Amino acid sequence: MTRLIYFAWIRERIGKPEEELELPSDVTTVSDLLHWLRGQGEGYEAALQQPKIIRVAINQEHVEHREPIAGAREIALFPPMTGG
Amino acid sequence: MSVAPLIRIQAEDYDTSAEIARLTSGRGDVGAVVTFSGLCRDEAGTLAALEIEHYPGMAEAEIARIAAQACERWPLTGLTAVHRFGRILPGQNIVLVAAASAHRQAAFEAAHFLMDYLKSRAPFWKKEHRVDGSTGEWVEAKDSDEKAAARWR
Repeated sequence: MTRLIYFAWIRERIGKPEEELELPSDVTTVSDLLHWLRGQGEGYEAALQQPKIIRVAINQEHVEHREPIAGAREIALFPPMTGG
Repeated sequence: MSVAPLIRIQAEDYDTSAEIARLTSGRGDVGAVVTFSGLCRDEAGTLAALEIEHYPGMAEAEIARIAAQACERWPLTGLTAVHRFGRILPGQNIVLVAAASAHRQAAFEAAHFLMDYLKSRAPFWKKEHRVDGSTGEWVEAKDSDEKAAARWR
C-alpha cells in the first residue's frame, strides 16, 4: 500500500486529504501514477486534468514526473506552491 | 564553520526583533543582519483573510534544504526562517527570513536567495477569503517567482 496525500485544490477536487492505495504493478513512474489516478473517478479527473502542472513529492522531497515511484512510502500531489 | 539554520513553521505570530536578537546576542562577530518580512495584503480592500495550507514535515524539510544551500554558498553567522500557516489577516505577518553575516553583501544575498527559493519550492498554498463573504480562489503561482529562483542557479 502507498500513502497518497493531496493539498490545496487537488485535495478539494479529489474530496479527501489522503488515502492508502494499492497501485497496479504497471504504475512505475510518477507520470504513470498521475495517468492511472486520473481514471479513478470524477474528482480525480477534475483534479488531474492538466497533469503537467501537478507537483509531486516522494517521501517529502520534490521529484520530476519521469522518476520511478518504487520504494515510495508517501507520495504527495499538489499545485505549484504559493507560500512566502 | 558550519551554521545551523533555525526553521520554524507555526500558526502563531513571531517577533522580528526577538529573532534578530537571537542572531546577534552574546557575540561580536556579526556585522550585518538582513531581514525580509512578508505580510498579507488587503488587495485594495477586497481581501478579508488568507488561509495558508502547508505540508507538515515537508515544509520544514524543504526550507531546511534551501537554508543549508544558503549556508554553503555564503559565509553566514546565522540564518532564520519562520513561516506561518492558518488564517492570516491583512497587515499580519506571513514569513520572516533573517540572515546574519560579518558583512552586508552575504546577508543581503542569502536572504534574497532563501526567499526566492522558498516561494517556488516550499510546500505552502494560499487561499483567499473575500470581504463580501465568498471564498475566493487559490492564489495562482507566478512565472516571475519561478524565474526569480532560476536566477540563482
